[in-house]
Amino acid sequence: MGEAAMKTLIKKGAEASLYLADWHGKRVVIKARLPKSYRPKQLDQTIRRYRTVHEPQLMHEAKRAGVATPTVFLVDVENGEITMEYIQGKQIKQLLDAASPTERCRLCVEVGGLIGALHSHGLVHGDLTTSNMILTDEGRIFFVDFGLGDRSGELEAQGVDLHLFRRALQSTHFQVADECFHAVLKGYGAARGADAAAAVLEKIREIEKRGRYVAERQQEA
Amino acid sequence: MTINQKNQQFCLGIESTADDFSVGIADFNGEILANTSSAYIPETGGIHPREAARHHAQAAPAVLQEALTQAKIKPADLTAIAFAQGPGLGPCLRTGATVARALASYIDKPLVGVNHSVAHIEIGKLQTHAKDPLTLYASGGNTMVTAYASGRYRVFGETLDIALGNCLDVFAREAGLKHKKGLPLGAAVEQLAAKGKQLVPLPYVVKGMDLSLSGLLTAASTALQKGAFSLEDVCFSLQENAFSMVTEVTERALAHTEKREVLLTGGVAANKRLQAMLASIAAEHDANFTVVPQQYATDNGAMIAWTGVLAYTYGLTVPVAESFVKLRWRVDKVDVPWVKQP
Ligand SMILES: Nc1ncnc2c1ncn2[C@@H]1O[C@H](COP(=O)(O)OP(=O)(O)O)[C@@H](O)[C@H]1O
Ligand SMILES: [Mg+2]
Repeated sequence: MGEAAMKTLIKKGAEASLYLADWHGKRVVIKARLPKSYRPKQLDQTIRRYRTVHEPQLMHEAKRAGVATPTVFLVDVENGEITMEYIQGKQIKQLLDAASPTERCRLCVEVGGLIGALHSHGLVHGDLTTSNMILTDEGRIFFVDFGLGDRSGELEAQGVDLHLFRRALQSTHFQVADECFHAVLKGYGAARGADAAAAVLEKIREIEKRGRYVAERQQEA
Repeated sequence: MTINQKNQQFCLGIESTADDFSVGIADFNGEILANTSSAYIPETGGIHPREAARHHAQAAPAVLQEALTQAKIKPADLTAIAFAQGPGLGPCLRTGATVARALASYIDKPLVGVNHSVAHIEIGKLQTHAKDPLTLYASGGNTMVTAYASGRYRVFGETLDIALGNCLDVFAREAGLKHKKGLPLGAAVEQLAAKGKQLVPLPYVVKGMDLSLSGLLTAASTALQKGAFSLEDVCFSLQENAFSMVTEVTERALAHTEKREVLLTGGVAANKRLQAMLASIAAEHDANFTVVPQQYATDNGAMIAWTGVLAYTYGLTVPVAESFVKLRWRVDKVDVPWVKQP
């Protein structure tokens, strides 16, 4: 990654460190997945490699589904680094609580539509949270952080994807979570059609009922 | 003779959400005066809810008596009776609730319904002096990462299918290990894992801040059946994969919430390897790491008693007529007015 002259750390997350850098006169973000010392080296390498290879592929495929993602310029699998276009904007996370109800609803409907577009194209994001969505100054929503995503058209995967987003809303935007998710489903339904949306909603309900003592409960019944 | 001073108040707590029937007594200053249990150990397989409930009903009088004896108080000295109202197995919960209602009516004292998961967090905070932790609560029935925000414990991550303790237990049974008194199945796996060396490739499934363990369990069992790997190596690999997943989601939640403390609670908290992994991520984020002491890690009545004290202090009692059990009572549905926003 020698060509990036200056690197400024912009975010140290749990999984990766993000740097702002200059690459041939372009403002870029370098996402570096650092080794995790708590897990065995072999496992750590497998996971980091897989995600580093996987993320750019899914970002590219998302574009084809009509979902804006940063363009990837370089992938350094050995070092777990992805160099991508810098997206100027704000995380939806920072905007949602303070937005007016109408604006909030509009954003969520749009996000729902984008999730629907991904799903219709056989992609699941795997980490739908409002910090992984950036609203640019021009008003476009970009999705980032596809490392946990998957190519899957299965109802189960789609249900889990939306379930995770609902849970993320509940833990982070608890005052407005219900209205937001409602709007997300509206946008999702518009993108996917009523039948597909109803099937996923049914799946979400089923997923929510899972959890503690599944096997034992079956004996009770 | 009783040692009850005039203004000392006590709460008795009954825990019976799964395989343990336990009674604890706490005073209103957070002193645990009694904590005693009787465990149902199934002859074969996992918990049979009705059998467990039968065990609890039979064990209840002796366990209650033992708790009162430990605390050196009489039933009439109690200020309130708390019971685990959920989440848990229906027949087990109902047995505990019946005992609690009977006792409360007999001494004519109020009943407090306690959420089992909240209780695991509160006893952890009480025992470790953690103030505002990110908590990993991992047991046979639950695996979740929670932190307090605005009136409730919010769930940041959790299992999408089976619990961590359940994953280890079911694997242990499939490997032919037996549940012995004093050596739970999870501990048997831990001992074997410590002798393992070779990492068997197994699934690693993290989704957002959630995780899925059922695929890992199936793959580990299959790997063992095939006979290509030793039991020690499969135990080792199962633990490394499962604990790495749990640690990864905990670290994600830690980065997200920016809490300064990490608390490990629930039955799996006893595992040294899991403790070491969590200690590592806590250190990396400059957070203080604490583990609930062993006697309060597994399901116990003391945690119900102490959480009963907290709830009672805020007037959160339930009339007997409304004291029905809640099988799927999520932690993030419970108001915790006693927790102060830091
Ligand atoms: N290409 C980008 N341009 C601008 N900001 C970005 C870009 N990629 C990520 N970010 C910001 O950095 C944060 C962390 O990046 P992300 O890929 O989500 O990594 P992590 O796994 O740490 O969450 C995102 O929430 C987003 O705000
Ligand atoms: Mg992210």
